[in-house]
Amino acid sequence: MGGVFAAELGLESAMSESPLDLVDQEYRAGFTTDVEADTLPPGLDEGVVRYISEKKREPAWMTDWRLAAYRVWREMTPPEWAHVHFPPIDFEAISYYSAPKSLQDGPKSLDEVDPELLRTYEKLGIPLHEQEALAGVAKGGNVAVDAVFDSVSIATTFKDKLKAAGVIFCPISEAVQEHPDLVQKYLGSVVPQRDNFYAALNSAVFSDGSFVYVPKGVRCPMELSTYFRINERNTGQFERTLIVADAGAYVSYLEGCTAPMRDENQLHAAVVELVALDDAEIKYSTVQNWYPGDADGKGGIYNFVTKRGACLGRASKISWTQVETGSAITWKYPSVVLRGAGSVGEFHSVALTNNRQQADTGTKMIHLGPNTRSTIISKGISAGRSQNSYRGLVRTSPAARGARNYTRCDSLLLGDACGAHTFPYIENKSPSATVEHEATTSKVSDDQMFLCQQRGIDPEKAVSMIVNGFCKEVFRELPMEFAVEAGKLLEVSLEGAVG
Amino acid sequence: MSLLQVDDLHVSVGGEAILKGLSLRMEAGEVHAIMGPNGSGKSTLANVLAGRPGYEVTGGAIAFKGHPLGQEEPEARAQAGLFLAFQYPVEIPGVSNMEFLKAAQDSHFKANGQAAESPVAFMRRVRTLADSLSLNPEFLKRGVNEGFSGGEKKRNEILQMLLLAPTLAVLDETDSGLDIDAVQTVAAGVNRFRSADNGVLLITHYQRLLNHIVPDFVHVLAEGRIVESGDRKLAETLEERGYAWLAKSG
Ligand SMILES: Nc1ncnc2c1ncn2[C@@H]1O[C@H](COP(=O)(O)OP(=O)(O)OP(=O)(O)O)[C@@H](O)[C@H]1O
Ligand SMILES: [Mg+2]
Repeated sequence: MGGVFAAELGLESAMSESPLDLVDQEYRAGFTTDVEADTLPPGLDEGVVRYISEKKREPAWMTDWRLAAYRVWREMTPPEWAHVHFPPIDFEAISYYSAPKSLQDGPKSLDEVDPELLRTYEKLGIPLHEQEALAGVAKGGNVAVDAVFDSVSIATTFKDKLKAAGVIFCPISEAVQEHPDLVQKYLGSVVPQRDNFYAALNSAVFSDGSFVYVPKGVRCPMELSTYFRINERNTGQFERTLIVADAGAYVSYLEGCTAPMRDENQLHAAVVELVALDDAEIKYSTVQNWYPGDADGKGGIYNFVTKRGACLGRASKISWTQVETGSAITWKYPSVVLRGAGSVGEFHSVALTNNRQQADTGTKMIHLGPNTRSTIISKGISAGRSQNSYRGLVRTSPAARGARNYTRCDSLLLGDACGAHTFPYIENKSPSATVEHEATTSKVSDDQMFLCQQRGIDPEKAVSMIVNGFCKEVFRELPMEFAVEAGKLLEVSLEGAVG
Repeated sequence: MSLLQVDDLHVSVGGEAILKGLSLRMEAGEVHAIMGPNGSGKSTLANVLAGRPGYEVTGGAIAFKGHPLGQEEPEARAQAGLFLAFQYPVEIPGVSNMEFLKAAQDSHFKANGQAAESPVAFMRRVRTLADSLSLNPEFLKRGVNEGFSGGEKKRNEILQMLLLAPTLAVLDETDSGLDIDAVQTVAAGVNRFRSADNGVLLITHYQRLLNHIVPDFVHVLAEGRIVESGDRKLAETLEERGYAWLAKSG
């Protein structure tokens, strides 16, 4: 099993090709939206890859890189080892590029952004206008936002303040133009094109995403944040995020995701790469709330994401914190490759599934350098008829002398029809390494419910309080505003979970 | 109108008859003690009053402040002023005591159309109450009953009672597991709570507690019924003679 799982890491050769499956007519359903969009017809070939690259006026090296990824992808098949079930995806029925028409030449400033789009973001509570963001500062918030709407990044706030600190935070399409050396050096350095099926696909067709570079010794003066939203039907979203923290730098990055309710399934296949050099630290937090589908499992996002960080430098640190409540299917293993001596990897996760949702998520900690340390705290909550799996790999190489890992997986069940599963893989090749794993499974007990109710607290509130308590350890890792949001999100996601 | 009136109550748990014709009447301002052998049905009475699922009323009636209690949810009874201090308080890991208490009070306020108290005022009041029960304020940050000693859990129950100020407090063996000093602290808390407007139903095995909380009536519950009632002297008699003589005469 460990070997199969490792395939996603690109440590094994791609499996044999299988024919792409039937065309789902439903999937081709037309779309209407208030924003006029420039959307490619469904289907993927070299022409589509070239079209995307051309649209973005990319240099030849970028086009070639995409094409190489496309050719690799053609030879690969989707992974099947995850504990999730869904009909085969027809990759020819998806449109690989959709841009709101008014942004075709890219917004020069916020004033040029289609007001309809801005309203969408306002509805989502994302302050794009710097004034609003500044109002947020007065309330204690200090967040620079990059917003990605379908395939295109529409606005990045607080650019000037970041510039003064020497921090680069911009759409990756812009970075390709403005900072080609950095992009060329690091893009694909952590997640190579051939890493896995979805990463290869993303490498070929990624449309936008965020790029962050924090120079030597700089502590990024504010939280950086990206909000992703899928709007168009039949479009996949393939964003690409690259964050580089140079020696001694620090950055905290937040990612939020939403999508409107759609009857059909939509594909989200992102790649996130993090690079931390000597003594650098990257904190990456996600609150994922893609549309999960309805109570019967119709619709919802397929969230197939590759996230990996490389602790290249000595004493560097990367921590992933995620709160996953959305998506019909989540397939995601934010990982850390611990190369630098004494580097540290952390993974804090809350994954909640309700109704018919399926989540197969966890992490990989790959210890390559001596005295590297990793901590994994995973909290899985299953309700309704959902399936929730933790899958984690801890690997220590012979060179990882004195490496240490601590893993704890706690599962909480609400009701009898859901499932919680734990798949810990340990591959320890370093005799001096310490690898610890603990797992618990519990239920919200009748006694706990009765205590709450006897104190006047209604059952819905009681469950949400108990679940929040269960997740507290992870929420503590989130920036303040996100922790509050995460708590509320759990409450909403649990609606109807109390029988 | 009585604070509590129980008439010929029959209750089954898991299909087994536990209470078999229990009658009890309490007026506001009174403290009633209930004593009785293990397994006689004391906690069953407490739970059925609070509306715990699984306790099936097969006969008789309960009226609380003149309103018949039938299918009301436990939270509705609580909001109406019925409080149960548990014999075995459960833990809720990760949910801080303070947060829990606030949620509890908010629910009571909301039910009574009252605006929620500001967190600052609330926390100050809770700390003062904790102090009066010799509960270290650190306990308020910990998970509900999480890692509390037996005695600390019991004091935490009394803290909740004082905070929520119910009209009927049912205390199920709150004195069990308390050290000598803690019994006095808890008793002082209950005595402070006592007023002409509320009542206390005190379930206990020890007459010792009744030296500190002086009851107006003492009842003996045996085999699912009240078999003897009297004043506090009855408790002293029980302490001397046990329950056997009652079974014979009953
Ligand atoms: N859930 C249950 N299922 C079956 N029997 C039960 C259940 N709960 C209580 N009983 C039984 O009901 C009887 C009364 O229990 P109860 O807890 O009311 O006694 P008690 O008077 O409070 O005893 P103690 O003094 O030991 O606390 C006991 O015989 C007990 O085993
Ligand atoms: Mg009892």
